[in-house]
Amino acid sequence: MYVAVKGGEAAIRNAHKLLADRRRGDRSVPAIGLDQIVEQLALAVDRVMAEGSLYDTELAALAVKQARGDMIEAIFLVRAYRTTLPRFGYTKPVETSQMAIERRISATFKDLPGGQLLGPTFDYTHRLLDPELAEDAPVDVPDQRVEAPEHMPRVMDILDQDGMIEADGIMPEGVQTGDLTREPLTFPLERDLRLQALARGDEGFLLGLAYSTQRGYARSHPFAGEIRIGEVEVELEVAELDFPLTLGRIRLTECQMVNQFKGSSKQSPQFTRGYGLVFGQSERKSMSMALCDRALRARELGEDITAAAQDEEFVISHSDNVQSTGFVEHLKLPHYVDFQAELDLVRRMRAEHESQNNQISEAAE
Amino acid sequence: MSNANLEMGSHTETMVEGADCARKAAMALLAQASLQEMQQFWENWENKPSVETLRGPETGLVMVRGRIGGGGAAFNLGEATVTRATVRLGNGAVGHAYALGRSSKKVRLAAVFDAIWQGQDCRQSVEDKVLAPIARRLNKDLEGKRAETAATKVDFFTMVRGDD
Repeated sequence: MYVAVKGGEAAIRNAHKLLADRRRGDRSVPAIGLDQIVEQLALAVDRVMAEGSLYDTELAALAVKQARGDMIEAIFLVRAYRTTLPRFGYTKPVETSQMAIERRISATFKDLPGGQLLGPTFDYTHRLLDPELAEDAPVDVPDQRVEAPEHMPRVMDILDQDGMIEADGIMPEGVQTGDLTREPLTFPLERDLRLQALARGDEGFLLGLAYSTQRGYARSHPFAGEIRIGEVEVELEVAELDFPLTLGRIRLTECQMVNQFKGSSKQSPQFTRGYGLVFGQSERKSMSMALCDRALRARELGEDITAAAQDEEFVISHSDNVQSTGFVEHLKLPHYVDFQAELDLVRRMRAEHESQNNQISEAAE
Repeated sequence: MSNANLEMGSHTETMVEGADCARKAAMALLAQASLQEMQQFWENWENKPSVETLRGPETGLVMVRGRIGGGGAAFNLGEATVTRATVRLGNGAVGHAYALGRSSKKVRLAAVFDAIWQGQDCRQSVEDKVLAPIARRLNKDLEGKRAETAATKVDFFTMVRGDD
C-alpha cells in the first residue's frame, strides 16, 4: 500500500520568506542594482549568459542577484526563463573574422599582422589584493593610441599556407545543423552538436578535463594559436523582408587551439585544431572548450581513445551543470519510502547473515 | 525564402542590392539605438504620423550560430533575446523592427522610423535627424574602444646580450 504524505506548506512558505530576507541582507547596506552587476561583475554576468545559453546581460544580472551570487543557480534561472519564450529563428553564422577586436593574442606567432593586443586582461597582474578597491577610489581613464584600423587576419589563415594545418571544420553534405534544445542527444555526435554542448557546458568541468589532457590523459600538445575577444554583428533572415536584418552586436570569446598530429595512413602529418567559442569575455572557458573539442575528435582522427576527455558520451553527458546539479541535488528531496524499503532489505540481509553465521558456528561445535 | 527554411535555419546566400541595401543599413542603425535615443528622436519629430501597431512588440529568442573553426560549417552557439514589432502608418507604409534585447518601446519606435523612412519625402529627414546621430555615436564608441585596445598593443624589442 502506498500512502501519500502531505505537509510542509507553511515551512516552505516561511523558508522562501527567509531566503528573500537573507538575499537582501543588512538593510542598512544599499541594495545592489542590476546596472551595477552588469558593469562591475561583468564576468559573472558573462558566465551566466554562456552557460545559461542565453545572451541578455540584464537578465543574467537579475539571475545573479536572485541567486545570491550562486552561479549555477543563476544559470538554472536563465535556462528556465528561456523556455517561456518563442523562437523566432536561427541567425546567420556570426563572422568572428570581422570581429571588433578588444583583445587578441597569439602564443604561436610573435609578429602577427595587427599585433598582439592585450586588452583588459588579468594576465601579468601580480594577483595581490588591492586595498584601494575596498574604497571607491577614482579610476584613471584608459590610454588611447590612435592609429589607422589594421587588418587582423586569423592566425589559422596564416598557418594554412602549405597545408601545414587542417582547414575549418566542415560537415557532411546535406546534414542539418543539430540543435540539442530541439532534439535529445543520441551518441555518437557530430562535431556541431558537441560544440553546442561544450559552449553551454560547465566551465569548471571543462577546465578540469582540459587540464587532464595537458597532464597526459589524451595528450595533444596544444598551442594557443589565437584568442580573440570582441563584438560581432548578429544577422537574422526573416520571412517579411528580402534581406538579412542586423539585430545588434554581441561580445564573444574565440579560441583557436593548434595541436600536433602525427598523421595516419590517409593523412600526412599536420597541425590539427580545437575550437572554442563562448558568449561574453570567457577566456578560460573558450580555451578549455577548444582543448576538449580537440580531445573529442579522437574517433574522427583515428586516435586511440584512452582517457576520459576523449570519451564523448562521458564528457557531453556530464558537462551540463543544470542537469548535473538537478540529479545530484535531488538526493536531498524526501526519499522516505525508498529509504524505508532499503532499511527493510538491509535488516533482512543482516538477519540472514546472522542465521548463517550461527549455523556455521553450530556445525563447527 | 519560405518560412520552413527559416525554421530549419538553412540560409541561402543572398545579395542585397540598391534600395534594400539602404534600408538594411537604416534598420541596422535603428536596431542599435538606445531607448533614450529613440524616445528623444520621436519627441523631436515634427508632423508625427498616426501609428497602428500590427504585431507586437513581442520578445522571443533567436539561436545564434557560429562556425566550426571560425569559418567552417554552422553550429548552434546559444540563444539571445530579440524583440520585434510591426507598425502601419496613416499613409499605409508598413515598418518592421527587430533588435537584440527586450526593449519593447525602443523596438516599436524603430519600426515607426523604418516606416517613415520608406516614404521618399521623409527619408532625408530620418537620415539626418535619426540615423546620422546613431551612426555618429556608434562610430565614436567603436573608435574609442579601438584606440583603447591599440594602446595595449605589445611593441616587441630585442635585447642584445653581451658585446664583442
